[in-house]
Amino acid sequence: MGEAALPRDDSATPPQAAARRRLGLRAGPLYSLPMLTLLAVGFLAPLIAVIGFSFSEPRSFDWLAEPTLENYRTIFDPSNTVYLSFLWSLWFAFLSVLILAVICYPVAYGLAKVFGRWSMVITLLLVFPLFISENVRLYGWVLFFIKAGVLDGTLRALFDAGIGDFLFTPEAIVFGLVYVYVPFMLFPMTLGLSMVPNEVVEAAGDLGASRLQVFREIELPLAIPGIIIGSLLTFVLAVGAIAESKVLGGQSVIVITHDIEIAFTYSQNWPLGAALAVLLMLVIGVLVMTVLRYLDLDRILGRR
Amino acid sequence: MDERPSILELVGVTKQFGGLTAVDHIDLKVREGEFFTIVGPSGSGKTTLLRMLAGMETPTTGDILLRDRVVNELPANRRPTCMVFQSLALFPHKSVGENIEFPLKMRGVARDKRKARALELLDLLRLPQSYYARNVTQCSGGERQRVALARAFAFDPEILFFDEPLSAIDYKLRKTLEKELKDIHKESGKTFMYITHSLEEAMVMSDRIGVMRAGRLVQVGTPEEIYTQPRDRFVSEFMGEVNVIEVRKGANGHAVGVELPGDFVLPGGAVPFETAHLVVRPESLRFLAGEGEAENHLRGTVYNEYALGSRIQYQVRVGEKVFIVERLRQQAYQGGLDQEVLIGWDAKDSVLVTD
Repeated sequence: MGEAALPRDDSATPPQAAARRRLGLRAGPLYSLPMLTLLAVGFLAPLIAVIGFSFSEPRSFDWLAEPTLENYRTIFDPSNTVYLSFLWSLWFAFLSVLILAVICYPVAYGLAKVFGRWSMVITLLLVFPLFISENVRLYGWVLFFIKAGVLDGTLRALFDAGIGDFLFTPEAIVFGLVYVYVPFMLFPMTLGLSMVPNEVVEAAGDLGASRLQVFREIELPLAIPGIIIGSLLTFVLAVGAIAESKVLGGQSVIVITHDIEIAFTYSQNWPLGAALAVLLMLVIGVLVMTVLRYLDLDRILGRR
Repeated sequence: MDERPSILELVGVTKQFGGLTAVDHIDLKVREGEFFTIVGPSGSGKTTLLRMLAGMETPTTGDILLRDRVVNELPANRRPTCMVFQSLALFPHKSVGENIEFPLKMRGVARDKRKARALELLDLLRLPQSYYARNVTQCSGGERQRVALARAFAFDPEILFFDEPLSAIDYKLRKTLEKELKDIHKESGKTFMYITHSLEEAMVMSDRIGVMRAGRLVQVGTPEEIYTQPRDRFVSEFMGEVNVIEVRKGANGHAVGVELPGDFVLPGGAVPFETAHLVVRPESLRFLAGEGEAENHLRGTVYNEYALGSRIQYQVRVGEKVFIVERLRQQAYQGGLDQEVLIGWDAKDSVLVTD
């Protein structure tokens, strides 16, 4: 408006603007350049490499040669049992999300609505474990759960009855996943719940809704964006997790990430590992997209 | 004069938060079908009081009786009362129809019956039926107001509480909605209990008004009583701009000005006092041609004038004090600014308050 009245004189523009003009960029693209570079090098390049490898000759290391579907054929061969690893991974992830949702909801409710100034302290306590490497924490649990370990030994000494073989079972893997991913479910959920206005909840009660009705009709639908984000985050992380199954699960179950690791290291079959990784990405991608479409996150978020 | 039975009774209702007393020993009876408004500045405890009546807080001491039954501990969802919040608290993820039907759905009313009632209420509140499927976030402020009201009516409460629902709405619409609310009150015959910080708003709508200050109910009366017989200086000043003259007891039932020289005739029925305040409303003051035209008079200079539409307001300096005089446009002051004038009032148009 006022700018139009000013004489147009390029010599008067500040030096930054002049530099920008030379680069031919507006502020937005310019400022996102560092991030775009990082994404190109750290995300896009490996992704292309993995996809490229998945179409190479089995056991070769040349990903620019003639493409072949041999690796995918191997995976989909009826005699191959790798699909079991897929199922285990998805099942563990699904179970973890379910358990985490049930465990985290009351805590998130407390953090968002009840604890007040204690929320900060509790949040800090929940974040502290993240300062220690995940592997170290998992080995800590091994010592805790192992036969004649902390828990078993104590129980035997006190009650003459141990916990038996909990470690190196599928249950131990789920325990590990739930334990490690608590913050990833809890904090988005807390955010979702804190977005529910107190007066709206009060109004629902005032209009005759019982506590359960308030939860079903008001709290849950309004907090759902946070819950979905938390669930997707933990699901994706849990499907891609490997340490829990290796450390706490021993060799009881081989999850898909473990299969991929074996292909890349022990068997030295990069193309097969790459094909498995691509399939895993596809499965997760399709699942996430379906959930997002079904729940229409945009509309829920756009309404406020 | 009004012999309707009381629907709501408060006996010594007190609410303390830690060491703070938000509501302090309130006794009150609200009559069946009445439009009762509680007025007070922010922090006077009026919202806390309303929240106790609605069941969102419990009184520390005292009793709340709804149709002679003590309801202190009865939670909001089991009270036959309903509140319209300042924020309106509409459900943002539900349509207009779903919002209105909410209380019916909670009671398990069948879908088609709910819808029929919702459409009826849309009519009552002068909203087009096509709004039934509309998203509440697409409605304007006034429409949202009506949706909130329709939702409260769907609940069919014995008393409707209002927590300053008009305060966030622009002046012109607010004036319309105030009158509309009064009409709806008349049509529905329900008991309305309203809180606001605007006495003007209270005046327009209410059958009776209670003025609150620092957790206490200072005065309860009809708008007329509150306006013409404010109990103390706070109530009189809360009504808007007033002229307050500090006086002490004088000879033969008159009062003598403390800051101003003068001997003032007091209104009839004034209580005995040593020092007090004489309250004169701006519209009770008039310009005099001679001292004999009014029982009380003061000499001052016209400092400035402000046009208020149908009325004109003048600032008149009397010594160190500024008086506000308000006249209708037809009775406007004819002289120029900074001229010496005589202003005066009759004793019956003033009120003596002792604190």
